[in-house]
Amino acid sequence: MKLTGSEIVIKCLKKENVDVLFAYPGGVNLPIFDVLYDEKAIEVILCRHEQGGTHMAEGYARATGKVGVVLVTSGPGATNTVTAIADAAMDSTPMVILTGQVPTYAMGNDAFQEADVVGITRPCTKYNILVKDVRDLAQAMKEAFYIAGSGRPGPVLVDLPKDVVLAKTEFNYPENVYIRSYSPSLKGNKWQIKQAAQEIARAKKPVIYAGGGVLASGASKEVRELAEAAQIPVTNTLMGLGGFPGTHPLFLGMLGMHGTYWANMAIHNSDLIIAIGSRFDDRVTGRAADFAPSAKIIQLDIDPTSVHKVIKADVPIVGDAKTILSDLIQQVKASGNGVAGKRQPWMKQIEDWKKEHPLSYDQGDKIIKPQYVIDKIYELTQGDAIISTDVGQHQMWAAQYYKFDKPRTFLSSGGLGTMGFGFPAAIGAQAAFPDRQVVCIAGDGGIVMNIQEMATAVQYGLPVITVVINNKYLGMVRQWQQLFYKGRYSSSFIGGPPDFVKLAEAFGAVGLRALEVSEVEPVLKEALSLKKPVLVDVHVDEEENCYPMVPAGAAIHEMVFSDADSNKQAAKSGGKKTTGVLTA
Amino acid sequence: MQHIISVLVENKFGVLSRISGLFSGRGFNIESLSVGPTLDPDVSVMTIVTIGDDQIVEQITKQLNKLVDVIKVIDLTEKEYVERETALIKINTLKEDRAEALRIADIFRARIIDSSPNTYTIEITGDVKKVEAIINLLQPLGIKNLIRTGRIAIPREEVKSAVSRETSERRAVSG
Ligand SMILES: Cc1ncc(C[n+]2csc(CCOP(=O)(O)OP(=O)(O)O)c2C)c(N)n1
Ligand SMILES: [Mg+2]
Repeated sequence: MKLTGSEIVIKCLKKENVDVLFAYPGGVNLPIFDVLYDEKAIEVILCRHEQGGTHMAEGYARATGKVGVVLVTSGPGATNTVTAIADAAMDSTPMVILTGQVPTYAMGNDAFQEADVVGITRPCTKYNILVKDVRDLAQAMKEAFYIAGSGRPGPVLVDLPKDVVLAKTEFNYPENVYIRSYSPSLKGNKWQIKQAAQEIARAKKPVIYAGGGVLASGASKEVRELAEAAQIPVTNTLMGLGGFPGTHPLFLGMLGMHGTYWANMAIHNSDLIIAIGSRFDDRVTGRAADFAPSAKIIQLDIDPTSVHKVIKADVPIVGDAKTILSDLIQQVKASGNGVAGKRQPWMKQIEDWKKEHPLSYDQGDKIIKPQYVIDKIYELTQGDAIISTDVGQHQMWAAQYYKFDKPRTFLSSGGLGTMGFGFPAAIGAQAAFPDRQVVCIAGDGGIVMNIQEMATAVQYGLPVITVVINNKYLGMVRQWQQLFYKGRYSSSFIGGPPDFVKLAEAFGAVGLRALEVSEVEPVLKEALSLKKPVLVDVHVDEEENCYPMVPAGAAIHEMVFSDADSNKQAAKSGGKKTTGVLTA
Repeated sequence: MQHIISVLVENKFGVLSRISGLFSGRGFNIESLSVGPTLDPDVSVMTIVTIGDDQIVEQITKQLNKLVDVIKVIDLTEKEYVERETALIKINTLKEDRAEALRIADIFRARIIDSSPNTYTIEITGDVKKVEAIINLLQPLGIKNLIRTGRIAIPREEVKSAVSRETSERRAVSG
């Protein structure tokens, strides 16, 4: 029996076990929506803006590990997804974006709502495909899901002209795909793995530096096994949080620009860094020339371009982290390494660093400190929530103060740093796990970038709790202006509108507010008990800064810990502009 | 350092744009780029001349390999290879210069492929040094128009093993 292209698209989604589709209709994808009208197996979540919908798909993908799927119309519908696609590409999030396109015969003629979406998204997708013939459709869909989810995951866009989704053909879903020009290698080189085991045996001051690749590979268990077997402390990148238990005695916290002092010191002084699924981003390395000067580097990554890109690796191993680690652990165990005593001076040293500069803040009895809010969220959710964040100071505080014990419980925009990510990502995660506690920690700036999705949360009864850390500023920008631009707060004050409580209520959600310390706990408790979409507006200390911090252009051990410190540092450099590569 | 990189790609819509976009997006240099079909109509070969230190060229080859439509990347600079480029050079010729133009063409074994009372069009094929040498010599006569194909290159057959693994692979690919 022949099926229409639209029917084929939906059949393919079912073959790929897609249960939730984030979507927004328009002229050219109406045939697909018409098929969805009768489809029971796929829940369609109608977003309110395609960027929001695409971040939802990201949130869904990051929380589940499955491919997130979005369906939007041509032209503006498609261009609205671009930010979120770029976000997914940077953070290796598996996603399939189905965009409507004007009919093939109209393409290239500046037809109504035509945009060269394949052209526009070429540099920010892992791959994209224009389907020109309905007979190629099933194959294209199969390839899209395969490419999105395999190797280093990423977004794949499939552009579907209207005449193609209306045309009919026999439906045959390919069981397997073989793409001769695409075959990610999984198994690491044996000899290199042996080398790595030897380096680990020799090392006196090793550190595991684990990133988002650990989550993508599902290698958390293996990372832990290696760390415990060889007694190696572990630090996570922002993207890696949750990949190693946040409460584990070997855990050092996050490293990098706003990482813990002891994580950064451990990296700086280490003699062996084992990088797993992490790419030496500039937010991690600080001044790259002075990164870990005496360390040898073992680097595990599935993407060969991540190796030697920023930092030269002594033992590069290209492949899947889980697969490589299983081999590596065996070798490490076989070589009888990991006698706990051997690493004791190193662990003691790290403990001293931790005592020297622990994470800290001064919670008085009135003005709420933002860090306190995170602490309370952690306490009240018993560390068991899925937390999404937006981008800014609150994001860093969430990363510092919430302890993520499980993989895929921390959803944050790392590589692109996309304000507006957090709230829709939380909705996507909640759609995947309706019964879990999902909390979005957002800033008062970023939350309004996709606040329209509150309507989506309300319509579908997705009980996301959004905690707005309201400091009346684009806080991270204000912090940089305070520290590096002589306190000239150019266009960073946003205090005043909107009234977040009324805003939430206008959408049919619950709005709550905390103005003083004593109100934080009761208000959060109430929010968590409601099982409805709630927005909690927490007014915090307006000029609290995020510390510790590696100033722009500094090496990661050159941290500042307070405003007083920052001022000293500024005076020392004689107000000279730093020439670092870091930018806000 | 200059590298000549040979890239086998799927002959698909948009591939050239993926490759050129990779270079522009990541700030890599392209000195020249030439594309043409292989024996297999589904496969094209690109010859890209680029400049960069070892670390950059390593990134270039890895990034090329990472593109889904790229089948194979060979940095010919690491191997023995032969290269050619063709240029078409149209020169203005005053009466008294015409003999000189022919003499230069002759020295380089270039061919005159078109002629008018005031111009010659010369075709030259050779390695890049040769092409540049003739351009230099013709310049004083007045070059009206110059078109170069960009370099193409092919690995030399290794003498020891008649069929190296790589060439057999390439054959398989090009059918
Ligand atoms: C789309 C986008 N535009 C601009 C920025 C630059 N930026 C980074 S953090 C930040 C401030 C965010 O303010 P807010 O949401 O209030 O969070 P806070 O830092 O105050 O916690 C800005 C403007 C960005 N990351 N993303
Ligand atoms: Mg703010």
